[in-house]
Amino acid sequence: MSDMLNIALPKGRLGEKVYAMFEKAGFECPSIKEQNRKLIFENPEKKVRYFWVKPSDVAIYVERGAADIGVCGKDILLEYNPDIYELLDLGIGKCRMAVAAPKGFRDDTTRTLKVATKFSGIASRHYRSVGRDIDIVHLNGSIEIAPILGLTDVIVDIVETGTTLKENNLEVIETVVPISARLIANKASFRFKGEEIEHIVTSFSSYLASEQN
Amino acid sequence: MTQNLTLRPEENAMLSLRALYVSYGYTPFKMTKFEEYDLYVRNKNFLLSDHIITFTDTDGKLMALKPDVTLSIVKNSKDTPDLRHKVYYSENVYRVSGKSGSYREIMQTGLECIGDVDTYCLSEVLTLAVKSLETLSPDSILAVSDLDLVSEAVALTGASYPAQKKLLTCVGEKNRHGIDEILKDEGIDPAAGSLLKALLSVSGTPSEAFAALSSLNLPASMQALTERFAALLRLVPQERVRIDFSTVSDFRYYNGVVFKGFVKNIPTDILSGGQYDKLMQKMGRESKAVGFAVYLDLLEDLNRTRRDYDYDTVVLYNDESDPFTVAQTVETLTQKGERVTAVKKLPQGIFRHTVVVEKSEVKTLV
Repeated sequence: MSDMLNIALPKGRLGEKVYAMFEKAGFECPSIKEQNRKLIFENPEKKVRYFWVKPSDVAIYVERGAADIGVCGKDILLEYNPDIYELLDLGIGKCRMAVAAPKGFRDDTTRTLKVATKFSGIASRHYRSVGRDIDIVHLNGSIEIAPILGLTDVIVDIVETGTTLKENNLEVIETVVPISARLIANKASFRFKGEEIEHIVTSFSSYLASEQN
Repeated sequence: MTQNLTLRPEENAMLSLRALYVSYGYTPFKMTKFEEYDLYVRNKNFLLSDHIITFTDTDGKLMALKPDVTLSIVKNSKDTPDLRHKVYYSENVYRVSGKSGSYREIMQTGLECIGDVDTYCLSEVLTLAVKSLETLSPDSILAVSDLDLVSEAVALTGASYPAQKKLLTCVGEKNRHGIDEILKDEGIDPAAGSLLKALLSVSGTPSEAFAALSSLNLPASMQALTERFAALLRLVPQERVRIDFSTVSDFRYYNGVVFKGFVKNIPTDILSGGQYDKLMQKMGRESKAVGFAVYLDLLEDLNRTRRDYDYDTVVLYNDESDPFTVAQTVETLTQKGERVTAVKKLPQGIFRHTVVVEKSEVKTLV
């Protein structure tokens, strides 16, 4: 934990959008906009260091203290349950965790439901809460083809626009939980860099409020 | 902390902490490494992790390698509500660490005060928590909360019991938007959570926090709890104490004051404790109790400096070297405080000097 404020940003469009918010909050780091393959960027003057990491790894960097704060999707927080502070719902990167099935699917409750998903924790918690017996098939990608090939009955996955589902003849049958990007902080960092982190929370909150109006 | 360089940081810390606890009248509590598994099953939620290493004893009883010390101390203490038992321990516990999913042996020290626990006793434990952190690092903070105060604010939202548990989780995450969502799902106006969210915004030194609390329009029930909390914290060294109501513990076991200690450069809390009268009640005891644990294994992260050298001097000798000269050379160098190894071939590792013993002659190589 250095004196710099270490910020883990998710690679991709969401990360770029979030960086713009940090810039507005007064934590700019011009070198981050240079076109290169560097992953770490510093602005010693503002005492800030950014790093681009895989979106699903942001929570790990923050929980383990390599990053003081970061931005990641609620899906990751629900799946891995990291011991962090969830300071703000940024209201961006909005999507939903949903159950999808082939069109016309009818759930036969006398049989165990086979579920394909990347999010085993979320899926099992969801079905446990409604008392449904399920068999989880953990996949790492192309989840949509699992019901088409008869591997599973349904899928639990993130749905943004629904286009991929439609193109694969699937439809959402149930929303599990809405998802959006969250500002998270390491619990120990919050003790020692609380002022800077609170400043960011306040600045982001007023930015989000102005966006809503 | 006065360092003994031959000891690991956690061993040094353990010695200093023992001396601290003894000076406040705590006596050592020694226990076996095993405990009947049943004890942990009955109090599963009190444990940090429900993964326990079990084995069957020769008499067929299911036993466990201790994942926790407090439960054993409570089980082995007499229920004497009018007397005060003060004990400290330094034990290894066995539990799944972090998200690795694998078991680890964790060095833990801590203290428990059981029986007649009054305001002074609570303040003594809090003071010792502060002093323990100061022993570990010059840069430390003790985050303190009053669980009764937080529980009252949670109850005042009017949410159902399952929702109250979720609200408490949100409090622990400083998750204000989560509080709104839970109340919305319960069909309660999110405005009912404004007091809880306001409580979450209160943080800082005791004087800052109590000033902020006094500006909130607290109901009488919370006002009384605030006064009790303030009276307690007045007895504790203020400099390193920060009030933070996101410091929560399971309210089925804990009540009153709860706290977590942090030191700079360690990413998680290194000290955790609180009042656990509710656990005592669950175990059929009338005594009250308070205590804390220090997770010494985390100190590994604090001093991750690379060792410059494995040895100061390597003494090289061969079959023709005079053994007496070799022994004398090693003796002379160790008496100077050097780390020495006498070998026939240069070892792997880093060292500063090489001394060669040829027959009875000693040569220093540059």
